[in-house]
Amino acid sequence: MKAFTFERAHSPADAAAKAVATPGSTFIAGGTNLLDLMKLQIETPRHLIDVNRLGLDKIEGVDGGGVRIGALVRNTDLAADARVRKDYGVLSRALLAGASGQLRNKATTAGNLLQRTRCPYFYDTNQACNKRKPGSGCAAIGGFNRNLAIMGTSEACIATQPSDMAVAMRVLDAGVETVKPDGTTRTIPIADFHRLPGDTPNIETNLIPGEFITAVTLPKPIGGTHIYQKVRDRASYAFALISVAAVVQPDGRGRFAFGGLAHKPWRVEAAERLSGAKEIAGTVLAGAKTTPQNAFKVPLVERTLGAVLAEAKG
Amino acid sequence: MKFDTPATTNPIDQMKVVGKPHDRIDGPYKTTGTAPYAYERHDVVPNQAYGYILGSAIATGRIKSIDTSAAAAAPGVVKVVTWQNAGAVKKPDAVTAKLLGGPEIEHYDQAIAIVVADSFEQARAAAKLIVVDYAREKGAYDLKAAKSSAIKPQPGYAGDPDTAVGDFAGAFAKAPVTLDATYTTPDQCHSPMEPHATIAHWDDGKLTVWTSNQMIQWAKRDLAEAFGIPQESVHVMSPYIGGGFGSKLWIRSDAIMAAVASRACGRPVRVTLTRPMMYNNTTHRPATIQRIRIGADKAGHITAIGHESWSGDLPGGQPETAANQTRLLYAGKNRMTATRLAVLNLPEGNAMRAPGEAPGLMALEIAMDEMAEKLGMDPVEFRIVNDTQVDPENPDKPFSHRDLIGCLRTGAERFGWDKRHAKPGATRDGRWLVGMGMAAAFRGNITMKSGARVGIDKKGVVTVATDMTDIGTGSYTIIAQTAAEMMGVDMDKVVVLLGDSSFPVSSGSGGQWGGNSSTAGVYAACVALRDRIAQKAGFNTAEVDFADGKVTSGNRGVKLSDIAGIEGLSAEDSIEFGDLGEKYAQATFGGHFAEVGVDTATGEVRVRRMGGAFAAGRILNPKSARSQVIGAMTMGTGAALMEDAVVDQRFGYFVNHDLAEYHVPVHADIPHQDVYFMPEVDDKSSPMKAKGVGELGICGVAAAVANAVYNACGVRIRDYPLTLDKLIGEMV
Repeated sequence: MKAFTFERAHSPADAAAKAVATPGSTFIAGGTNLLDLMKLQIETPRHLIDVNRLGLDKIEGVDGGGVRIGALVRNTDLAADARVRKDYGVLSRALLAGASGQLRNKATTAGNLLQRTRCPYFYDTNQACNKRKPGSGCAAIGGFNRNLAIMGTSEACIATQPSDMAVAMRVLDAGVETVKPDGTTRTIPIADFHRLPGDTPNIETNLIPGEFITAVTLPKPIGGTHIYQKVRDRASYAFALISVAAVVQPDGRGRFAFGGLAHKPWRVEAAERLSGAKEIAGTVLAGAKTTPQNAFKVPLVERTLGAVLAEAKG
Repeated sequence: MKFDTPATTNPIDQMKVVGKPHDRIDGPYKTTGTAPYAYERHDVVPNQAYGYILGSAIATGRIKSIDTSAAAAAPGVVKVVTWQNAGAVKKPDAVTAKLLGGPEIEHYDQAIAIVVADSFEQARAAAKLIVVDYAREKGAYDLKAAKSSAIKPQPGYAGDPDTAVGDFAGAFAKAPVTLDATYTTPDQCHSPMEPHATIAHWDDGKLTVWTSNQMIQWAKRDLAEAFGIPQESVHVMSPYIGGGFGSKLWIRSDAIMAAVASRACGRPVRVTLTRPMMYNNTTHRPATIQRIRIGADKAGHITAIGHESWSGDLPGGQPETAANQTRLLYAGKNRMTATRLAVLNLPEGNAMRAPGEAPGLMALEIAMDEMAEKLGMDPVEFRIVNDTQVDPENPDKPFSHRDLIGCLRTGAERFGWDKRHAKPGATRDGRWLVGMGMAAAFRGNITMKSGARVGIDKKGVVTVATDMTDIGTGSYTIIAQTAAEMMGVDMDKVVVLLGDSSFPVSSGSGGQWGGNSSTAGVYAACVALRDRIAQKAGFNTAEVDFADGKVTSGNRGVKLSDIAGIEGLSAEDSIEFGDLGEKYAQATFGGHFAEVGVDTATGEVRVRRMGGAFAAGRILNPKSARSQVIGAMTMGTGAALMEDAVVDQRFGYFVNHDLAEYHVPVHADIPHQDVYFMPEVDDKSSPMKAKGVGELGICGVAAAVANAVYNACGVRIRDYPLTLDKLIGEMV
């Protein structure tokens, strides 16, 4: 860990302004991912801006029937919220499928969206990684990539976004509310929030420098059966090999987003007009680029989706 | 005390204290955080500095240049020490790779430098400033590719690498039912809770280390060898150890680098390995390729059994002796085993919980399941039919005590094995296919010379001192139980001091020899102390009884506290094992049973329940023994389903080097585990009539799980671990 300076922000706008005022700044909330990365010098911020005391820890109803989830709401609290459990069950289930109880107590909503890949080459500073050190290459391509991406990859990076929560938010069409350093605000649709790696896998979201997440909004409830099926190598505390977030309506139509496939939660709306796991998975996975180690994800998506559809039918 | 004839009745047979499920006497220290682990010993010596080890970024090659100037100038840094300025340090013979490397690099993350600073954070940050220019060379990292170059290694601790009896090839060719299959087990990492850690301090040419080590005397010997000083000049202390599983049998880089750094800085230096370093800097269980051939007659009698195993290690290293249990486990007139060793430039391969048997039974016990199916026999019955009461390679040599059949029958009954459908895929529970599997457990019973000193004071408190270690196994408690039983005092009158090289040399902890051997050593010392007490009381030593804090002969009893007096009394002795281990085959046995569910959609495997029955001589403490076995069953479940240190074949290192990526089971993976100990004693093992149990528990577990997976879904996986990607391609 490199030496860093530290200050507390007084308001969301203040946080954003401070972040551009001091070069090399990073926000710190729960720190469950950032501190590990700092110890390994994968992240080397020179300045930390503590955003924990900005009062962004509430879950509120909004006009028109949705909810606004403060950026600092802890994962545990979000998963346990009565309204979330009732109207957005897929989100609650996704949260509880992730990490451990201790981590969920500390991890925040915004921090979860911003957590970084678990690619083992990203984590070993002796190895080439375009995400960690742009231009150094990608050791994962041709290396151990069993749990890396098959969709939307590039020559530069095959990392996945590891968040379970984000997959559920994607299926719920969440919005990410932010404030920019100039004080203006905007809402970024979750679909446009994370980026594919392209030539710049080091840039993972469409946030501009200093832009600060204040909340995540969920549109009004859409009913249906909410399922989050996470497939993993052990029963708990493992990142998804693949996951399926589903909201299925009584007529069998549904929305499906997938984790463990790409650099962002993977959803292909066009596939949702189809019926049957085979057809839907075929469209969702069109253009999949697999390696011998991760090719199993293709049949696994179809099989898991089939089980999800069967479960929704009851 | 020499133990060279079978034990007769002795005070341990009273079983007033021994054999009771006494709580761990060190438990409260651990649960309240007051047990001092090596890295936390701020109090033992002042002015400690922090050392942070830099590991090699390449696996094979050499360092062309190293620039430590920026690190040396970083805030708080005391000194940067590399092979260039470390002073003389020899590689102890007991370890394969140098613990301070450079300029030649033998494996990834081999220690090449240590930064010493006033804080851990300063040392770690400064280590990142060291600039190393490497010349990478080609290495061998792939066991499959290196297999054809493997050679017959030198005979090692497990005897000759090859054995042959009868005409294996001929009998196998003639057998009406045969199996010829190849199995693989991956590299595995010990992953104890406590990382390797040492505080080293030099004073007037004498070295003191507070460390985490299973074998105090070996640590003392190897540190003396490394620094060219007499063993008397080395003091090793390791009273509490947060798990070792074999990774702390020999000193590792934390000890050498702390000592090197302390010598160079003139200050005590404290070093811990970080979690990611443990995978490539220390040792691991080597991967194996195993070919098993079994031939049987139609009634299921094995007529030919052959087991060959290939593994790799650094030049000068050791093989994984995965074929060895096949010499002893099942009958059969015609047999062969062979062990081959290839050179691999991975980190050093070494002992991990039940070396040999653990990976060996992962293969053999699937093979037995496959054979049972070919024969149309129940897997339990097939094993029972092939039981042997003598060493099948040396039929004149009986087992000291062997109740494999009892374990299998009892285990099967307790588990409800009769409800298993022999046909795979026959049981369904919603989305899950459910199956049962079983395997035999077998682990050799090793005994080691072990000493202790036992004293009694004027308050009647018995103090035992031995350099034995408690690596989380319960040594403190079973030693206290032994002393309490022998001296006739309550447990709260016994103090146990362990893990200090100034105490009598013990067996140490490893190879499941520690429990039996170290308590036998305490037994020997107690016998000596009883004699001294009886003599001082004026009793005939043959006619005394020790109970209730008194020694009694006839109708005269004297309080031990009174006999001890102000001066106290003490005695020291060792147990030395004669040739009963050669006259008798000595081993421990068990039967493992597992029920698993396989998700028909995802191929995820989850163990639903486990059970086992075990025969390991007298169980000194059923509670700590059970804890050992359920821990071992858990570790075996990890081996079956998830543990896999993945080698990057291009760069020669274990890629998934942290606990997020190297999976071991979590609580949610482990269901109810039923553990039953067969009531037995083995009088040829020691005066305790006990045997090892900590490693027996892992032997066979993985195969029981793998066989249950087959029974559940009909997919036979011969390459561990059984991850879902290997299953879904085969499942309908």
